[in-house]
Amino acid sequence: MSDWEEYLMRKPRWVTAGVIPLAVALAISSCSSGDEGGGGEEQSGGGDPAKNESVEINVFGTEPARPLVPGDTAETGGGKIVDALFTGLMEYDPVSGEPGLAHAESFELSAPDEYTVKLKKGWKFHDGTEVKADNYIKAWNYTAYSPNAQQHASFFAQIEGFDQVNTPDPDGPDGPEQPATPAATEMSGLTKVDDYQFKIKFTAPHAIFKVKTGYAAYMPMPDSFFADAEAWKANPVGNGSFKYVSRVPDQELKIERFDDYQGDDKPKIKKVKFVFTDSDAAYADIKGNQLDFLDTAPPQAIAGNVWQDDLPGRAKAYPVMAIQGIAFPIYHTKYGNVDFRHAVSMAIDREKITKTIYEGNRQPLTGYGMDLVPGFEPGACGEYCEYNPEEAKKLFAKSGWSGPIEITSNADGGHKEWIEAVCGSISEALDVECLFEPVQQFSQARQAIEARELDTLYRSGWLADYPLIENFLNPLYRTGGSSNDNGYSNPEVDAKLAAADQAETEDEAYKLYHEAEEMIAEDMPVIPLWNTPSIACWSERLTNVRLTPKRELDLSFVEVK
Amino acid sequence: MGRYVLRRLLQLIPVFIGTTFLIFFLVWAVPGDPFTGMCGERPCPPQFVAAMTDKYNLNDNVVVQYLKYMGALLTGDFGQTYAEQEISELIGNAAPVSLRLAVVAVAIEAVIGVTAGILTGLRGRGFVDNLVLVSTLFLIAIPTFVIGFVIQIVLGFELEILTPTVSSEATWGELIIPGFVLGSLSMAYVSRLTRTSIAENLRADYMRTALAKGQPKRRIVGVHLLRNSAIPVITFLGTDIGNLMAGAIVTEGIFGIHGIGRLVYDGILEKQGAIVTGVVVLLVLVFLLVNLFIDLMYAVIDPRIRYD
Amino acid sequence: MTDPSTGVTGTDAAAYVTAPEHQESGPGKPRSLGADAWRDLRRRPMFLVAGGIVVLLVVIAIFPSWFTSADPNHKDLDFFRQPPSGDAWFGYDGQGRDVYARVIYGTRWTLLVGIAASVLTVLLGGILGILAGFFGRWVDALMSRIGEIFFGLPFVLGAIVILNLVRNAEIRGALPIVFAVVASIAVLQWPVAMRIMRSAAITAKQQDYVKAARALGASSSRIIFKHMLPNCLAPVLVYGTIALGAFISAEATLSFLGIGLRDPAVSWGVMMSDSKTYLRVAPHMLLFPAGFLAVTVLAFVMLGDAIREALDPKLR
Repeated sequence: MSDWEEYLMRKPRWVTAGVIPLAVALAISSCSSGDEGGGGEEQSGGGDPAKNESVEINVFGTEPARPLVPGDTAETGGGKIVDALFTGLMEYDPVSGEPGLAHAESFELSAPDEYTVKLKKGWKFHDGTEVKADNYIKAWNYTAYSPNAQQHASFFAQIEGFDQVNTPDPDGPDGPEQPATPAATEMSGLTKVDDYQFKIKFTAPHAIFKVKTGYAAYMPMPDSFFADAEAWKANPVGNGSFKYVSRVPDQELKIERFDDYQGDDKPKIKKVKFVFTDSDAAYADIKGNQLDFLDTAPPQAIAGNVWQDDLPGRAKAYPVMAIQGIAFPIYHTKYGNVDFRHAVSMAIDREKITKTIYEGNRQPLTGYGMDLVPGFEPGACGEYCEYNPEEAKKLFAKSGWSGPIEITSNADGGHKEWIEAVCGSISEALDVECLFEPVQQFSQARQAIEARELDTLYRSGWLADYPLIENFLNPLYRTGGSSNDNGYSNPEVDAKLAAADQAETEDEAYKLYHEAEEMIAEDMPVIPLWNTPSIACWSERLTNVRLTPKRELDLSFVEVK
Repeated sequence: MGRYVLRRLLQLIPVFIGTTFLIFFLVWAVPGDPFTGMCGERPCPPQFVAAMTDKYNLNDNVVVQYLKYMGALLTGDFGQTYAEQEISELIGNAAPVSLRLAVVAVAIEAVIGVTAGILTGLRGRGFVDNLVLVSTLFLIAIPTFVIGFVIQIVLGFELEILTPTVSSEATWGELIIPGFVLGSLSMAYVSRLTRTSIAENLRADYMRTALAKGQPKRRIVGVHLLRNSAIPVITFLGTDIGNLMAGAIVTEGIFGIHGIGRLVYDGILEKQGAIVTGVVVLLVLVFLLVNLFIDLMYAVIDPRIRYD
Repeated sequence: MTDPSTGVTGTDAAAYVTAPEHQESGPGKPRSLGADAWRDLRRRPMFLVAGGIVVLLVVIAIFPSWFTSADPNHKDLDFFRQPPSGDAWFGYDGQGRDVYARVIYGTRWTLLVGIAASVLTVLLGGILGILAGFFGRWVDALMSRIGEIFFGLPFVLGAIVILNLVRNAEIRGALPIVFAVVASIAVLQWPVAMRIMRSAAITAKQQDYVKAARALGASSSRIIFKHMLPNCLAPVLVYGTIALGAFISAEATLSFLGIGLRDPAVSWGVMMSDSKTYLRVAPHMLLFPAGFLAVTVLAFVMLGDAIREALDPKLR
């Protein structure tokens, strides 16, 4: 039931090798200056300061899967809360998603493979202790140290000395052998200069690291956590604009504004309660004004666009840097024929499906990125993403495919409807049997995909973490890319992407990325389908509501009227 | 009496162990690793999976896991969820809500069902009888989720005369509609059961005797007829409390109620055997004890029944 | 959703077990129970209506193409959730499929689940029940305890776990899915049938003809099959008929939860589950399969009721 949240929540694994050069990092910082991107026309009308103080707003959430340790929180239910409780070196603009400095006073390359971070003084944890360089270094070492078994350990893999603190299990997680205790407890690449300054040294140049540090894995932890982790888990202490108050497991979690917060994004509201429920019930609650915010309207609200009538003036579609697609398991020889892959893509009537199943709330894609990111130029996929049953049929006949076409996905979260429609379109155009093979749960689908056990087509969504076309391509289509699940490999594409990464100017880089996209479309390892905006819904008493590109309510902006 | 109760209690032990082991085994047998898919669309670090597997004893064979679980349970420790929350707290929060819902449902089915049953049973064939018969048949024939959705959409979304969901406080008032939906099927059974029972007892010899003795009709019906007809109805209502607590998965889902139905459903999907078994432990205890209680009640209602 | 069949446990099994002269039904014995019941049934409008509906449903299930020429699986998004019209009496669903054709073709799967689950439950529970009733003592105690173990497991909960288990084992194809659903219903429901059979068997055991057979030195198996079984069948059969309706309803609930049947075995329950998203804009997607389901369940419950009343001399 809670799986709707994970709808498309495909977090990229970060680019593993240090191949992202300075040009890209510069591109990132250069577009972070303006905040005009994205939503634009926010709801006008200020809130009532008195009510901001007194009213507790109820925000939809899902029960965190793990205690709220940032280094151990990888899913969106807990991530939403961790984001409110912590602020790291960098943060992402709530409208455009662009990274900017937060707790870092400066964050500069002091060598090609080394960053020096200066911290702003006077920032406090919720327990009153100051956030210092040690809090970052200790937290990062803790997360990376393999006996601590933290979910985000791999986020430090590029830092020097990671292999000393993180030892692999010799026979896999199911084997009886225990991994060796690591030789060190601290990464040699992290060095403290003074209380407000530290250096991060990498095994190879890794400029993109800076952009990543707004993510939960890189948060500082207070001394109390290292003194008694269990006590901390019972009463989490962070350094963000909100502090933890209380929780009822599986029901709700309360946070309150941290008045000593030093960041620019000081919230105006005082009390927030995350209510853990499922999105259908949440939608009904929003309509009845019992719940104040829901990030994504459920399928039942989208059918017939009833949300427009249900919630006049208090629901809005926000663009999200996410796309939906269907991947071929290229590692399986059955799917080796490129004509077949093109035929399937051209047999899908994206226009009609988005108009009917999604009631016009999705737009067909014409390439492998989406227009929300700077430098994206549509149309790379060309005719291969256009519905053309005649041509599709010819290619399909040429490919000599026999047997049914099957598509696997978790069935909940509204996936069943569109996949069945896609299947309908395919079987109509190609005159072949097309079946939807549901699995019960999202995690089961992920397991099979990661183990490369699937021999069927599968749903493959992607949610970018920073607004760059690069993030839509490198992790997914490069040989050995961190999220290249289907084993796609084309040396020419690799070379083109590498060239784009190292391009001198942004325009040059964008042009090369576009060319890479065109080459990928020629191979069609993944069929691009449509973008996936989120329809956020809120109660009558909220104003200044907006949804961040991470599909979270912007808690620093929202007010009560 | 005392010996009977003791014997019954001793009989409960193997059933209790059997049911809890059965559910423990079934959840254990669901294929898949609960931790591998836990990290969103990123694979979990193998060290994380290994540490969690260790922590929750998932490397042991199922019997050892069960014994460890039961051992802890005897000391009052229900264990922790994978999110490191105390399961006893989860159940402690959810069970009262489910109990309230079940009580509301049973109350509704008892009041409406028994009234309809008595009316039709006493009057015999006629318009009321047919009306009740047809409407109970319809309640039996339409699945609960259809009744739930139709009520929620018509009253909650279209007519907007009530809030479509139940808040986390789940007050008695809020639970009336869900209770009605949950109890609708049993309500139909109760009315039919009452009707049949009364119809049978009307023909019984003691009724004729009472009539012959010239007792007033009200007394005959109130003391003799209803009392004797009550046993099957009470049996049914009693066992239904346990059934309704567990059977509310669908109703709780529709109305967003934070009860044990939701808890156990999520537990199964996340393969959290400890949650599922913990809930089942509670349910089985309720089920068995209520059954025992009802058997003892027989003796109170019907003096002909004696336990020794 | 409560246990789909608890309501029928009120059946008083002993009531059906009658004196031996009523048992052997056949020509030349006009007073036999079976013949009596049949004569009685034919005069009951309830039985005739219910029986007529059941016969019609069976015909639809076997020959769906007699009733519709449309393809139940043909999708055309141009007709996306269009309401009922002259072309499509029941309208179209969220994939632009003809709802009427799907309801007609869905009859087969729906009835298959109901009948198979009912037969399996009665067989399993009946055999164990008659053994428990006949042998008594430790056999009875053991069976009763095992029965209680399964009975203590709430139906929906048990079914969810079992079907999750099966579903994750990657079952494909219509019949295996149907079998999984049927088996999970039977595994959780046999104790009800067992209890009914057991109490009927205990009553039958006390009857003079069984005592006589035993005195004549008949073997246990002969007594069970020749003498007790024919006398104990009636109550479980009544239960089976009524439970059939309840099981069809249970299948719909399981499909609704996403763990029942699925493509290509499209039952009414699956259709109702599909309609969940579109309830407010296309209620016809729910109403037609739900209507068919209600009428079918109704027919079986009425049929069972009628038979019970006909067989039970007290109610006649």
